[in-house]
Amino acid sequence: MTSTAAPAAPEAPPGDVAVRLRGIGKRFPGVIANDDVNIDVRRGTIHAIVGENGAGKSTLMKILYGVQPPDSGTIEINGEELKLSSPSDAIKAGVGMVFQHFMLADNLTVLENVVLGAEGLHGIGGAARDRIKELSDTYGLDIKPDKLVEELGVGARQRIEILKVLYRGARIIILDEPTAVLVPQEVEELFDNLRELKDEGLSVIFISHKLDEVLSVADEITVIRRGTTVRTVLPKDVTSRQLAELMVGSELPSPSTEASTVTTTVLLSVKDLTLPSPDGRPLLEDISFDIHRGEVLGIAGVEGNGQAELVESIMGMRPEATGTVVLADIDISNEPTLRRRESGIGYIPEDRHRHGLLLDAPLWENRVLGHQTREPSAKMGLIRRGRARKDTERIIEQYDVRTPGPNVLARALSGGNQQKLIVGREMSGDPILLIASHPTRGVDVGAQGAIWQHIKTARREGLGVLLISADLDELIGLSDRIEVILRGRVVGTFDPTQVTPQQLGSAMTGAGDEA
Amino acid sequence: MKVRLLRLGMALVAPFLALVISFGIISLILIAAGDPVGAVWEQILQWPERRNLSNIIDKTTIFYLSGIAVAIGFRMNLFNIGVEGQFLVAALVAAVVGGEAWVSGYLNTALAIVAGMVAGALYAGIAGVLRAYRGVSEVISTIMLNSVAVGLTAFLLREFKGPQPEGSFIVTTKTLPESSWIPNISIGEGAATEIYGFIYIAAFVGLAYWFLINKTRFGFDLRATGSSMTAAVTSGINTKRMIVTAMLLSGGFAGLVGLPYIFGEYHSYGSTFPAGLGFTGIAVALIGRNHPVGVALGAFLFAFLDEQTNPLQIVAGVSPEIVKIMQGVILLTVVIAYEVVRRFGVRIEQQMVSRELERARTVDPTPPPADEKEAAR
Repeated sequence: MTSTAAPAAPEAPPGDVAVRLRGIGKRFPGVIANDDVNIDVRRGTIHAIVGENGAGKSTLMKILYGVQPPDSGTIEINGEELKLSSPSDAIKAGVGMVFQHFMLADNLTVLENVVLGAEGLHGIGGAARDRIKELSDTYGLDIKPDKLVEELGVGARQRIEILKVLYRGARIIILDEPTAVLVPQEVEELFDNLRELKDEGLSVIFISHKLDEVLSVADEITVIRRGTTVRTVLPKDVTSRQLAELMVGSELPSPSTEASTVTTTVLLSVKDLTLPSPDGRPLLEDISFDIHRGEVLGIAGVEGNGQAELVESIMGMRPEATGTVVLADIDISNEPTLRRRESGIGYIPEDRHRHGLLLDAPLWENRVLGHQTREPSAKMGLIRRGRARKDTERIIEQYDVRTPGPNVLARALSGGNQQKLIVGREMSGDPILLIASHPTRGVDVGAQGAIWQHIKTARREGLGVLLISADLDELIGLSDRIEVILRGRVVGTFDPTQVTPQQLGSAMTGAGDEA
Repeated sequence: MKVRLLRLGMALVAPFLALVISFGIISLILIAAGDPVGAVWEQILQWPERRNLSNIIDKTTIFYLSGIAVAIGFRMNLFNIGVEGQFLVAALVAAVVGGEAWVSGYLNTALAIVAGMVAGALYAGIAGVLRAYRGVSEVISTIMLNSVAVGLTAFLLREFKGPQPEGSFIVTTKTLPESSWIPNISIGEGAATEIYGFIYIAAFVGLAYWFLINKTRFGFDLRATGSSMTAAVTSGINTKRMIVTAMLLSGGFAGLVGLPYIFGEYHSYGSTFPAGLGFTGIAVALIGRNHPVGVALGAFLFAFLDEQTNPLQIVAGVSPEIVKIMQGVILLTVVIAYEVVRRFGVRIEQQMVSRELERARTVDPTPPPADEKEAAR
């Protein structure tokens, strides 16, 4: 259905191309970060690369900036095939990168920041100052070389970062999520700057997952999903909904033909959950919902609209959250995380490396993690190694974790197998509620299917499940009900049997539901 | 089982390899300086005489306590550089309490030891609280607290000084009553061949450390917090409390470091009390990889080198300061060797895992879907 809705952009003639990526692949142990990525960036254009978090955008840009070598594929810059083995190679080839987090020294002037590390180009004095002024005028950056950086706002700092790469001779500029730190007016200014750059014949690669911005500024858009390029489109040919669809894909998981197991017993009741933030607008505002036994509640939303905060608040990891959380008629609003886990919450965290596992500990110790007060892992304040090992073997067997045994370090396993271990662990405390945050992100297809099955099994056994996912098909396929979250508020409830990914996409971006 | 054997093997190979390499480097340094390489190694590697041996064992005891104190912090990713200050404060407090002799005999000994440990713990606790609730790096605060400790103990020593012998400039606290001394153990003939009785307490500390870290839930929480703060929070560990507790424990053990001198040799705290023991502990903990046995070996190695290089000036005409270079080189090579071996180990394990995957694929091409397995359960 997407092929008719969004025609691919025409091939660029070879002479016109500033950057040509062909068949780029990159694997990390157990994870395919990039696979057969093909992109042409034309000279004098703004080329957007969009995709969900974890789709492989960052890895791709690191490859193009020489931070990591690709395992396969070729990089051509201005028609010449290059091996980029370090950022300085990339800079030599005219590729510059502006990172999301600025790398500026606050207590130095703009001039000092710009020449730092590039003293050899125009010295550190008058010549450098002239060059900065010249660049600033040419591209309309409005930068005064002798200001202290600490006196400048975020937008100006970003322009300094852009000027830094221009100063080093970049003709191809990569911007990693540049609008994430800006307020709307600054976004407009940035876009004006980018248009100036392209008018001067520079190429801009613009990474984002904010579709409206991409549509307004880009000349071409390449969509990346699960590590590979899905399609390159022209903004005039697509709507933001079609883009979202390309981003999250349309392959439905095994259709949810199972009969509903939803009961009328309320298992988890969240009321008026609010999470204040130090800078004004709350991260979560008056969120209320119920989950019943045997029900999967899906939370849809564009990344960064409060999903992570919602889960962490329910888990008790955000002490500043207000409102009530009642689990099986027991008010756990003021309980610490451990007590909440003990009262029956299993939790599959979004970032398994940072939150789910001790990578340098053996599997059996990871089995104990989060269960260090409960049998069989522990008793009377003592850890029971033997039992924990045995129970890890059970998980390995039942959840099909591919490993030689329970003594292997968690780091040695592939992403999918790590995730299966986590699922097995979280299911082994006899939970009544399972919170699954992006449970299949970055895992291979086989593990994905298995994890979906485990969630279905949990539902059949009468657990309540809170499912957060960026993959709309996953949400629609598994959920009994879907709530959409936008800027920390619940903005709509949908029946997954009726809703289309397009409708969800509209609600997620706040674009109304005219679809 | 295979994996554990592999890991044990590599844990043993790494320090051995590092020692061989560092001996090579040190030989090169000696050659470059024109010193007699053979004579130096002959002196260092000869079997020590009884009285040297007793010195080595005594120093090992002290380095071990210091190493364990540092290791507790390391296990949680806390760099307690402040063992130095903590043990000075603790030694003074223990000497004062012991010297006052409010109770008699070994009850006084126990009271003084506990007082010392509490003092060390509280002193380290300052850094713990600052880190947990104010985000102050424990590295910075413990370094500063070390400076404070030097001044503080010098000041307090004046306040609590005991009777001073005629004509002596050395200020000390009151001497402990003889009934509260911990008797030395003889390992040979003569007065110079006795070792501190405190070695039993050090051994017990090692045992307690091993049990606490490896067997208890507290130890698990400590290690989990050390290896991933975020995963620890997610699993429900109160990491702030863990930071404070770990610093208290580290400081408590640090409080024991100076006590063998107090109960076994000087019987008081004085202005000439040995310093620098806390820093040796850092090196020893690194070499011993925070393992109770490893730290013991590291402590022995450092004590052995210290003692054996003493007569170098006389025997080989080489400054005994070469020992500092040796210890530094060994420390560096050991740390590098561990990291190299660790990476190598992870690679081997990954290969083992992928072999497992291959095998599973060939033996059982279509693993049953997970839900069937569930149903079978």
